[in-house]
Amino acid sequence: MPETNETAQPETLVSVRDLSLDFDTLSGPLHALRNVTLALPKGRITGLVGESGCGKSTLAYSLIGLLPGNASIVGGEIAMDGLDLAHLRASEWRKLRGTRIAMIFQDPMTSLNPVTTVGQQMLDIQYRDRSSRAEKRAKAVEFLEQVQIPDPESKLDVYPHQLSGGMRQRVCIAMALLTQPDLLIADEPTTALDATLEMQIVDLLKELQGKFGCSVLFVSHHLGTVAELCDDVAVMYAGEVVERGTARQIFHDPAHPYTQALFECDPGRIREATRELPTIPGTLPDLRRPPRGCAFRARCPHAWPRCADEHPPLYLRDEGHDARCHLLDETEAVA
Amino acid sequence: MSLLEVEDLRIRYPRMGRLRAALKGEPHGFEAVAGVSFEIEAGQTLGLVGESGSGKSTIARTLLGLKEAASGSIRFDGQEITSASARDWARLRREMSMMWQDPVGSLSPRLKVSSLVTEPLRIHGQKAGRDEATRLLGLVGLPAEFAGRYPHQLSGGQARRVGVARALALDPKLLVADEPTAGLDMSVQGEVLNLLNEVQKRTGVAILVITHNLNLVRHITDRMAIMYLGRFVEQGPTEQVFGHPRHPYTEALLSANPEPDPDSGRARIRLSGEVPSPVNRPSGCDFHPRCPHAQSDCPRIVPDWTVEGERGYRCLHPL
Amino acid sequence: MTDAAQNATRTRAEDSPLPEPTLLARTLRTLSGNRTGVIGFVLVALIVASAVLAPWITPYDPAAIMTGPRMSPPTAEHWLGTDNIGRDIFSRVIAGGRIAMLVAAAALGAALSAGLALGLIAGLGPRWLDNIMLLVFDALRSFPVIVFGLAVVTIIGPSLFTVILVVAITSIPIYARIVRTQTMALRNAEFILAERAMGAGMARILLVHVLPNVLGPLLILASMDVPLVIATEAGLSFLGMGVRPPTPSWGVILNDGYNFIRNSPWPVIGGSVPIILVTLGFTFMGEALRDIFDPKLRKTG
Repeated sequence: MPETNETAQPETLVSVRDLSLDFDTLSGPLHALRNVTLALPKGRITGLVGESGCGKSTLAYSLIGLLPGNASIVGGEIAMDGLDLAHLRASEWRKLRGTRIAMIFQDPMTSLNPVTTVGQQMLDIQYRDRSSRAEKRAKAVEFLEQVQIPDPESKLDVYPHQLSGGMRQRVCIAMALLTQPDLLIADEPTTALDATLEMQIVDLLKELQGKFGCSVLFVSHHLGTVAELCDDVAVMYAGEVVERGTARQIFHDPAHPYTQALFECDPGRIREATRELPTIPGTLPDLRRPPRGCAFRARCPHAWPRCADEHPPLYLRDEGHDARCHLLDETEAVA
Repeated sequence: MSLLEVEDLRIRYPRMGRLRAALKGEPHGFEAVAGVSFEIEAGQTLGLVGESGSGKSTIARTLLGLKEAASGSIRFDGQEITSASARDWARLRREMSMMWQDPVGSLSPRLKVSSLVTEPLRIHGQKAGRDEATRLLGLVGLPAEFAGRYPHQLSGGQARRVGVARALALDPKLLVADEPTAGLDMSVQGEVLNLLNEVQKRTGVAILVITHNLNLVRHITDRMAIMYLGRFVEQGPTEQVFGHPRHPYTEALLSANPEPDPDSGRARIRLSGEVPSPVNRPSGCDFHPRCPHAQSDCPRIVPDWTVEGERGYRCLHPL
Repeated sequence: MTDAAQNATRTRAEDSPLPEPTLLARTLRTLSGNRTGVIGFVLVALIVASAVLAPWITPYDPAAIMTGPRMSPPTAEHWLGTDNIGRDIFSRVIAGGRIAMLVAAAALGAALSAGLALGLIAGLGPRWLDNIMLLVFDALRSFPVIVFGLAVVTIIGPSLFTVILVVAITSIPIYARIVRTQTMALRNAEFILAERAMGAGMARILLVHVLPNVLGPLLILASMDVPLVIATEAGLSFLGMGVRPPTPSWGVILNDGYNFIRNSPWPVIGGSVPIILVTLGFTFMGEALRDIFDPKLRKTG
């Protein structure tokens, strides 16, 4: 029943408001996130799309408090159940991570401890539970079953390097879901996998999300995967969210010129063989001194003088669909 | 005669020491490439497609003389290279060049771009001054001011261009491109592919593209071959293979990267399980444990290579 | 114009990134937020300058006896006082610094070059050679420096050269091992494979591509080892196995001072404070150098 799902206004789990984040670099502060506003609804999968350097991973890591030491949040808030995740102490973060918020990473090999068995690691993350060792073990087996690992009992005694990449990512998903978090952050979880395995993991994530009902933030640069998995999509460019909407709205009716250009470049959309592929000429603006107006102006085919002077707000395109582009300004259309 | 003719190429990797293998009664190595034959004409592009572990990069390394072939023959421009002498290789390395997978990591980190692009000229004792650097950078559309930069100061796309310029420095007859779009953003991938197409049109270089990305193959290759567990499962003119794949694995791969559309939904073909290890090949057809169309004879009979016009495949029950 | 060239010109026209900071800019910027780094550079500069200028800046001949009263505490004439035979301690400390720096430069220079050569051979050569070299390195390192020094002194007698020899030989395995590890990591790097595929010979790969990548970290390490070498020199000299009196080494000054510590603490203070300053200076400088050359390792937070 996806239709009813889309029209009803779902409750918000995490609300990011005007979040700005700087990285301290040798050549001055780099404004990696600028006034990011985004709501993660309860029980839905939100896709975060963009190219390298757009800030999508930085945003994901700020939601679980795993930012590098030279990052500092300079404005805004991340609200979740009365907590402001943007200004949380280390001890408060420890209470949230691995209980209410969990994360899976791009490389499952480096996110598992190479010298400890899978089973031991799955017992260790249940350290908060007062249950017996046997109960914890049973729970580990149950979750390995959930991620469709064949013969889960025997897999408890293997080391991560004895598993294939796809199996390792399944273990990571099992460990992330074990504590039944409210929010699961997935940072490019299928990028390191082959195409046929990628589909398996996407299917698995979709199925388990339905079963556990948690919210998922799915960070990816792979448009096909996002279209297939996500309910909502946010497109990032140069540290800003430039377009937000449901997956249908974004993929069927992209409003921002960057989103449109990005879709054109996806060779998966080009059905005819061509030796002349579309590109987005130009490069990202330097985030050490972001441009005054629209960040995409220098590469935008529709740019006009207003784009250079005035920073575009998020204009509403449709119910639940907005984009940072002056072309959407209705007063402009009237004039 | 084609520019490159590969016949029944086999490449082995050691798995354990010879002594230990003899004691355990097991073979001490395994075949990463198990009997592969293909040809590339001058001025043509062949795509070699497969997932990780299929043996496609191993073929590239053997072509470039970085890994020895166990058996089979590789003829380049009429000369057998599996038995080439060191002096032959000095010439061969001028006529074959490679674009490596990691655009930045394949550039020596302490050299400037000007030195990097002219490195092949210097190695082969040719003039390698500022003029040559500027000419080569111009060839790939990089302004001369890039000459003074170091690899870590380049974006992925720029580093990729430097790699192309360097690969073209000696006017090679064959260019091997290993995952030419790896590590590049979508908006830049087209740029590199267009550049390769344009270079080929201008210089007539033959290109072997090695990739897991079928979308890329469609836009730059004339012919393509799909690899699974060190063997070709299908080979043919690119358009024919895309239009009507005969092998179920090809079909599954083709469906793996569809048009991004939330409503296209379940159009992808789901393959169960994972690629088996080449150390322990399945009986019969290599693909049968994962094949959605497998029948009772697939686990028993090793399918032969079937030739059909310009194309061929290895399947008992082709689509 | 080709499409590619058009794209590139567009890139150039519309994208004007900030220039990459130069080495000087990076150095200044790193130091501006790093007080210990500044202290390190200043200390090292002072120590090196005083070592170079020692013959001109010592107020007295460091070997001259009875330049004033014996066992004098610091006075206007004798800034650090005098020792048991009335030599000016300040002059001896400055002159001792010259010896210390000489030993450090000679020993580390020799150890670095030998370690570099051996490490590269072990890292790139055949497996069996690597195994043999590792065995020798480990055997050499298993001797305590002082015991090894004793053995050498018995054979060739105590002298400045003996100290340099002992320190150089015991340091070679350390540098060789580090170079070997770095070289092995580079051996399979894609850019080395690329060089091989282009037909580059072993010498070219070694000198042009491996060496520059190994050298940086090695030099930083060596600068942090300077205090260690100087302490070893002082230690050997203190035990009478290094620089012979009356040549003023810090170790000799300390040794002379300990015999009369009940009469005056100043010779001991004069001999030990410079060792502390050298240690702090070179360690702080080495850490700052590491931050400048490898920002990735920079401590964050």
